[in-house]
Amino acid sequence: MRWWGVFALAAVPGVRLVYRAFWGDLGPDPLVTLEHGTGFWAFVLLIVTLSITPLRRLTGWNQVIKLRKMLGLWSAAYAVAHVTIYATLDQGLDWPSIWADALEHRRIYLGAATLVILLALAATSPNVMVRRLGKRWGTLHRLIYLAVVLALFHYALTQKLDVREPLLWGGVVTLLLGLRAWWGWRKFRDSPSRG
Amino acid sequence: MPLRIPRIAPSEITDERHFWDRRSWLAAVGGAVGAAAAGPALLSAMGPGRRGGGADDDKPTPYDSITGYNNFYEFSTDKEEVKPLAARFRTRPWTVRVEGAVRRPRTWDLDELLRGFTAEERIYRHRCVEAWSMVVPWNGIPLAQVIRRLDPTPAAKYVEFTTLLDPAQMPGQRSGILPWPYVEALRLDEAMHPLTLLVTGIYGRPIPPQNGAPLRLVVPWKYGFKGAKSIVRIRFLERQPATTWALAVPNEYGFYANVNPTVDHPRWSQARERRIGEFGRRPTLMFNGYAEQVASLYGGMDLRVNF
Repeated sequence: MRWWGVFALAAVPGVRLVYRAFWGDLGPDPLVTLEHGTGFWAFVLLIVTLSITPLRRLTGWNQVIKLRKMLGLWSAAYAVAHVTIYATLDQGLDWPSIWADALEHRRIYLGAATLVILLALAATSPNVMVRRLGKRWGTLHRLIYLAVVLALFHYALTQKLDVREPLLWGGVVTLLLGLRAWWGWRKFRDSPSRG
Repeated sequence: MPLRIPRIAPSEITDERHFWDRRSWLAAVGGAVGAAAAGPALLSAMGPGRRGGGADDDKPTPYDSITGYNNFYEFSTDKEEVKPLAARFRTRPWTVRVEGAVRRPRTWDLDELLRGFTAEERIYRHRCVEAWSMVVPWNGIPLAQVIRRLDPTPAAKYVEFTTLLDPAQMPGQRSGILPWPYVEALRLDEAMHPLTLLVTGIYGRPIPPQNGAPLRLVVPWKYGFKGAKSIVRIRFLERQPATTWALAVPNEYGFYANVNPTVDHPRWSQARERRIGEFGRRPTLMFNGYAEQVASLYGGMDLRVNF
């Protein structure tokens, strides 16, 4: 029940965009509303996914881990929608222009790298893949830390001048990754095999 | 030599209300929902008029889009937040301080400054440095006429425009994202060019605050940020002054800021642009399509260096 509730909640921004599009209510620049809307929620859901493990450790609420995969897949889904809108509605599937855009502009290749990581993580998320990859699964899925940092810079580079919001999100990312670094260091320090 | 003011047929203005054709929009969305993964099907579903049209397809942008989508950082960096935040902006009484290399420096009441001039309608392409564009039916007075009234001395080589500084009315000025007040400037020959306009209206109505009321500059062959809004000071100078964006981010914004598809912004391409309300992109034209009228101003200049 709770799982479905969170599932439905994660779908709300996307459903809302489709609803607004249907009624022609996307504002003066519908393209930007769709492109930024999907990109923003891909990023936010990535942050939420990364908050699950700290939430579990800090509250002892173990059940929450069941939401992690679903939230990560939602983030990947919004990212795919975001890139599809960019390639079709924005660039008109003009591949030479897209290629040039990706090679020449940091913003675009950082975004492309983020997408590649999210797709790789989504593709290896089914239980059968987890079993097949064994220990390597955990190593591969640490790439989510890189993905969130790339996504943050991709977002910050879209801002012409006003980086107050990216800075705020940068603080959240620093906190989430910092907690893991701190726990990792403590574990290393306290491990009996050390020294 | 008489200068040809390029015109976009005024008869097209009547299309304003019908611009957002609900049916073609629904078709586009239906295509988007049904074929989210199949890009080509989606593009073909969008139908004519929704895609980036040809470079010569210049229908005026609807009034509500022109006045609801504004880059006016004095109010907000969110383009759709400017209109509500500017709703109660006071545009009268309004004075313009004229100083520098003029015979009689003085403060003009705006209505006195403009008395006797007749506002002309000029339908210009408007190209933002962010690679979007509109077509705007401006009403305004050629700046050259006003400059003659202000009577600069032969020493004047540049004209500088300053926007109102009033954080009480302009909440964006309470943040330090740009050095306030906003300052823009033109070389005197650019300012005297017949295309350069001091704007007082849009679509035949008084210009609303979010677009730079009561008086703003429009230079159609330059990126939009050159068009200083809510002007309270005009200063004639011997030397090129520092201008706001060029001062804030010198590697991204230059003094000239001529629309130029061959010189990219460091973070995005300027080769193409999106007309507001459309999907897809159309090629950006050299000098925003006004090369025939203005290219001679820049003879012998390296436009890569003077971007």
